[in-house]
Amino acid sequence: MSAQAVAAPREKVAAPEHRETYLNHDYSWKSWLFTVDHKRIGILYLLTVAFFVAIGGLFAMMIRAELLTPKGDMLEAETYNKIFTMHGAVMIFFFLIPGVPGVLGNFVLPLMIGARDVAFPKINLLSWYIFVTGGLLTLFVAATGGVDTGWTFYAPYSSTYSNTRVAETAIMVFITGFSSILTGLNFLVTVHTMRAPGMTWFRLPLFVWSAYATSLINVLATPVLAITVLLLALERIFHIGIFDPRVGGDPILFEHMFWFYSHPAVYIMILPAMGVISELVAAFSRKRIFGYSFVAFSSLAIAVLGFLVWGHHMFVSGQSAYAGLVFSVLTVLIAVPTAVKIFNWTATLYQGSVEFATPFLYVLAFFGLFLIGGVTGLFLAAMGLDIHMHDNYFVVSHFHYVMVGGMVTAFFGGLHYWWPKMFGRMYNEAAGKLAALVIFVGFNLTFFPQFIVGYMGMPRRYHAYAPEFQTLNVLSSGGAVILGAGYLLAALNLIWSLKFGKVVTERNPWGATGLEWETQTPPIPHNFEVTPRVTQEAYAYHEMYSGKEAHGVH
Amino acid sequence: MSQHEHGSGQAHGGHHVHVVPLSLYFGIITVLFVLTAATVITAKMDLGAYNTVVALVIAITKATLVVLYFMHVRWSKKLVWIMVGSSLVWFSILIAFTMQDYLSRGWG
Amino acid sequence: MSTSTHAAPVAVPQQAGHGAPGHGHGHHPGLAHHFDDLEQQRDSAVYGMWAFLAQEVMFFGGLFIAYIVYRNLYPEAFAHASNLLNVPLGATNTAVLLASSLTMALAVRGGATGSKPTQLIMLLATIAFGLTFLVVKYFEYAEKFEHHLVPGPTFMSDPAHVSPFFTAHPEEIPHARIFFFLYFAMTGVHAAHMLVGAGLMAWIFLRAKKGEFVPEHHDALEMSGLYWHFVDIVWIFLFPMIYLLGYHFGDHHG
Repeated sequence: MSAQAVAAPREKVAAPEHRETYLNHDYSWKSWLFTVDHKRIGILYLLTVAFFVAIGGLFAMMIRAELLTPKGDMLEAETYNKIFTMHGAVMIFFFLIPGVPGVLGNFVLPLMIGARDVAFPKINLLSWYIFVTGGLLTLFVAATGGVDTGWTFYAPYSSTYSNTRVAETAIMVFITGFSSILTGLNFLVTVHTMRAPGMTWFRLPLFVWSAYATSLINVLATPVLAITVLLLALERIFHIGIFDPRVGGDPILFEHMFWFYSHPAVYIMILPAMGVISELVAAFSRKRIFGYSFVAFSSLAIAVLGFLVWGHHMFVSGQSAYAGLVFSVLTVLIAVPTAVKIFNWTATLYQGSVEFATPFLYVLAFFGLFLIGGVTGLFLAAMGLDIHMHDNYFVVSHFHYVMVGGMVTAFFGGLHYWWPKMFGRMYNEAAGKLAALVIFVGFNLTFFPQFIVGYMGMPRRYHAYAPEFQTLNVLSSGGAVILGAGYLLAALNLIWSLKFGKVVTERNPWGATGLEWETQTPPIPHNFEVTPRVTQEAYAYHEMYSGKEAHGVH
Repeated sequence: MSQHEHGSGQAHGGHHVHVVPLSLYFGIITVLFVLTAATVITAKMDLGAYNTVVALVIAITKATLVVLYFMHVRWSKKLVWIMVGSSLVWFSILIAFTMQDYLSRGWG
Repeated sequence: MSTSTHAAPVAVPQQAGHGAPGHGHGHHPGLAHHFDDLEQQRDSAVYGMWAFLAQEVMFFGGLFIAYIVYRNLYPEAFAHASNLLNVPLGATNTAVLLASSLTMALAVRGGATGSKPTQLIMLLATIAFGLTFLVVKYFEYAEKFEHHLVPGPTFMSDPAHVSPFFTAHPEEIPHARIFFFLYFAMTGVHAAHMLVGAGLMAWIFLRAKKGEFVPEHHDALEMSGLYWHFVDIVWIFLFPMIYLLGYHFGDHHG
């Protein structure tokens, strides 16, 4: 894939006085708020997503503080319900879903395929505005009354009984959904029409494949959520009873429609993260990905299969046993493409010249945590076992292992990897490594005890619990503090680097393949001086390093 | 999959605008009006369970005509066909996997 | 610098096929900076619009699945409640929408042939048909309000507008309420799309008036057309599914 850089001389300029970059070509507020440059929009997402994750993290800390003691002594039950609802809603809709696609996808996807921008730059900006509007209004609703249904808005509690601001929150989710639909649509078309000459489908970096698969879900699943929450809002306003069993409504219909989106949505959250991992594994082992096409197609397989399994959230909801059986079997099938990825990544590492840089530490953490998250998912897919584990902390822990251990870890890995390209500065490596380690330790301390306490029977979503669960809960809360400190350290290190970090001007500081490393650092506004022509497959590390010393490059 | 993304599939390069003869448009609209009348007339008859079948067959025929001719899918690239197809497949998934629950509720 | 980035490499294979050699930088005024040529731009627009329509299929799909589930649960109530709707008005609106689809297709054809008068006349006709539809819809809604057939506290409280079936089976009235809820939700969401479409057409009309749409570049006109036809297709399904369920009972009381 290394097209120009290998053939053409790399930047010969010795001391560039003023290099125009996408960051410095215009400093005005307007140039940021009305930008249609995908790179700047990526930075806008980074700022807003960071804001929402901080809010969501604050809610998480309040939950862990309350659960330090068995009695519900810090927060009222109603307040606690509102807090875990907002923790879930903010984290899922405003961080996990837009996180990797909005920040890393926007920044690197057009660069990776050798395009000047996404196919619809204005719509891209519109997505961000919709996202910010939905997010801020959701927080406004939370601050002026809140909602206590859990992020799942289950009927009939949400539709009939809850006295909180369900309708307003539902409308905010409705609005925010369109941000994700438009981003998906944009990426889908971009991958089809904007690839540079020679960039065939099987030369695409695997991040692009996974972003493509994600976009498919965005476009086909999100509208169903939109209409579901719209029906919920209408029901709240007019009280017709469509989800109220007393007058012929069926709450299980709400759950079907909700999970038709929300199960595929967990793949919206994890698939782009898997794409990041593919890039990082190849870059830091200096090897082509083992079984490229298997990894590529496993993303599509996950995207498609992900639509056929939603009923595994509803084993105890009253759906028919036959439907439960079908959903249970199909769920187990998802393990196949997922395992293909994990095996191929580890096979890639085999005999690679592995460099234990900060981003790679996040990759290793991802392997361990995502593996545990994935395998415990299989426990939950088994209908019989799920009846015991449903709605207890085992589920909570499983979900956090996949989402925080998986997606957030990959997000941080990717952020560290592309950071020098984004800002032309390098963070402190020692602090970066330390942060990764602290996050790994803190994460396991927070969530592993939750598997045990859940298996012992502690239900989720209560502010009080039986005294015998306290030790494990204290461990978990202690771990949360360490985890929070780890994230803070990583974030501060990155922020610190913007002013004090080592300046990076070389195009390819990691010695990685990929068109994003062949343009200037940070890139010029239109990405490439000359439209690149691609002549090689992705991850042609062998070609890149043959002639030089292939192993132990530093 | 990897072929002509911005290479054109049409004979004359660049701007493959398809100008459809007017007679075809008028033919299609006539059929659409006739089918609308047919759907009202058949609905008036008591065909039992077949009322729904007839209504759906007519509606699907009408929709297909609009998609193929008014929306030019007949002359569009393969990807457009795939997009139309996938939206229908995914809609079917929504129906089939929801209804498998409702239809099997009584199975005990 | 922006000129230098636009300088595509000397021999990009895709570009060799079409356009004169000088094509490279005598840019068409309608070509956005990030595209290489009009064809790439048009392809992106077409794929983008169809992806959007796939999204719309799933959006309406959520309403259709609710309809299918409840119709399957309460077939009789649905059929009898459907019979309270005004079939002649529904059929008229179907014809009006189909006609608007024809004029829309002709307007796009006017773009392809470069005939500005055709574009303008056909766009005006499309807007007129669209507004006719909405006016008829307004009268239908108003009638339902007067007849107490809007889901709410006084639902079916007017004996003159309730069929004997519901008088005999009052326990089915909640199910009829679900039917009417779905009727208003589905036709309401559809009408909202019509309103957006009418606005879109007004904007396209203004652009057409400026002579923007020429045979080699009339993407906006064409894409708006796709949207318009899609909204028409939704109605093609709504009409039989909502209005004609109990038409053969013949005891119209709406």
